[in-house]
Amino acid sequence: MPEQKVVETDYLLLEAPRERKFITGSQAMAEAVKRANVDIAIAYPITPQSETMHLVGDLWAQGYLKDYYRAEEEYGAMSAIAGAVRGGARAFTATSGPGLLRGLEAIASWPGHRIPAVLGVLTRVVNAPLSIQPDNVEISYLMNCGMVVLHAENQQDVFDFTLASFAISEMVDVYLPIAVCTEGFFVTHAKGYVNMTPEDMKLPPRDPYKAPVPPTDCEIPPARIQRDAPVQKSNFMSYLIHQVWQQEVWSSNMRAMKYIYKYLNGPIEVINPDAEVFVAASGCAAAQAREAVRYAQMEGLNVGLLKIKSIVPFPSKEVRETLKNAKAIIVPEHNIVGWLAKEIKANIPNSDNVIGRPRVYGGMTLPVELIMDEIYAALGIKKDKTVLV
Amino acid sequence: MAKIITPGPSGYVPTPAVFEGVQITPPGKALLYGEWVDEETAMREAALAMLTRKNPTIFPGPLVLWGYNASAIEKAQAVLELAKEIPNCRIIPMPDYRPKYPKINPEAEINPNHPNLTILHNRIEACIFVGVHCHYANLSLRMIRAGTNCFTIALCAEMGHEDAMVSIRDVHAEKILELRDMVIKVREELGIKWEPKLPPENPSLPKEHFETLNIADYGDYAYLLHPRKGETVEETE
Repeated sequence: MPEQKVVETDYLLLEAPRERKFITGSQAMAEAVKRANVDIAIAYPITPQSETMHLVGDLWAQGYLKDYYRAEEEYGAMSAIAGAVRGGARAFTATSGPGLLRGLEAIASWPGHRIPAVLGVLTRVVNAPLSIQPDNVEISYLMNCGMVVLHAENQQDVFDFTLASFAISEMVDVYLPIAVCTEGFFVTHAKGYVNMTPEDMKLPPRDPYKAPVPPTDCEIPPARIQRDAPVQKSNFMSYLIHQVWQQEVWSSNMRAMKYIYKYLNGPIEVINPDAEVFVAASGCAAAQAREAVRYAQMEGLNVGLLKIKSIVPFPSKEVRETLKNAKAIIVPEHNIVGWLAKEIKANIPNSDNVIGRPRVYGGMTLPVELIMDEIYAALGIKKDKTVLV
Repeated sequence: MAKIITPGPSGYVPTPAVFEGVQITPPGKALLYGEWVDEETAMREAALAMLTRKNPTIFPGPLVLWGYNASAIEKAQAVLELAKEIPNCRIIPMPDYRPKYPKINPEAEINPNHPNLTILHNRIEACIFVGVHCHYANLSLRMIRAGTNCFTIALCAEMGHEDAMVSIRDVHAEKILELRDMVIKVREELGIKWEPKLPPENPSLPKEHFETLNIADYGDYAYLLHPRKGETVEETE
């Protein structure tokens, strides 16, 4: 392992030179972890997973991490992450589909416990029936936890979002876990070009004393400071403390937006802002949407792209502004429930214009042709269907 | 100036200031009623509130009360200097964040789980939070705004607090002394006669006799003090 020097967060994320590599999404996530000065990683890498945590295990073997272990199962992994972070460590884990849901009770308690951990979510289907195919319905289960949820389109996003998440999650006014989600297989197992910061530079170490809560229970004199007591002693709780505590989690979530602007160039990306029809998408569907918009523009159609990077906090103001003149908003998704279409509908006044199609699920790819069909329909263009025999 | 965040009571479910669009200030600026202003303006309003509203009180938190480091001690001394200059000011500590059972002594302490009890019992209409961890300060400030008419001032070592009427960020000893100087200035402008003196003794938490203290006195938390088997603690922070 090369000697790594600590550099300022802003320098590493915004100014450091970058080198181009052709790597998988899992490798991109591990490369970000390598540069994030992570203390500990804990995981239960059972199928369906990605190779992300295996690669992070390799990082530990090479000396980039201080500790790494395989937990007894996901509930144990997610609980141990909480313990490590409360003890002052910078921690990382990743999971997928059924594993995420098994660990969800612990994960959902992270925001209230003010746990600034980074969680990779490499999406797979949710049981039953059992399968290992990609499908991102699991993101909908994360959306109401209070954690920040980012959705990466490609390998470059995976690298950038993961590295920036370590910095954003530990900001004193945020101090929440961040989930970096991307599609299993389509991104995790496929290669793409990634511009990466130098291997010999890393983020500053976590300072657990720069925090909105005391970092530990047992090392702060006097021993009677108990950070967790109001969380765990339900018989002493009034509705009011729980109410304002929840408000604090969601206020902190909203405060993350300014750092998403600073480090990720904002929560959305827009192509052709004056478009008549928009394709609004996140994650891997945004890549297909981008391609559909390119096809449409080649045909002379006035179609634009709205890529949403931040699912929680949702960029309501930005989405409203972008879509204010759109006659139709096509929302392609890799799940059956259409969580992104619902979120967009809930945030814009002209929600009747939202077309919650095409949706693919169960592991199906999202052909650009399906999005094109919706674009033609929205613009009133009739196309003959060709039957392939 | 539009006043977004004003003294309550604002009702059973206070809307968080962040939900109302209030944002933490950049360094060098302060929040006054939810708007960005320069620090001097905010300090003047804070001084005015502490000099003119009933029962002004300072709530020092663990980061001031316990001598973690030289900076904490210096800050605690600055808090006393400030308290001396505010007529009839009291100091009521927030020594920790545990819910107290069956109930707190509101004359002795304030607690983030029900800070309104201390405010209401003592009829406090202006207060300063200093040295409280941001999460717990935010909980307290919101609950106080929900159920009391207290004017809240947050002196924060980090980025500040949207739910306080006055919030000043990056506050260490030096800035507390600046606020003290502003208190003296405003006090003289208002013609209030006052000889600096420390606040009255507080019927504080039970006395801890350090000479005779033993592990049993720590009750449920005693195990935290025991070294692990075979462990030798040679130095502490």
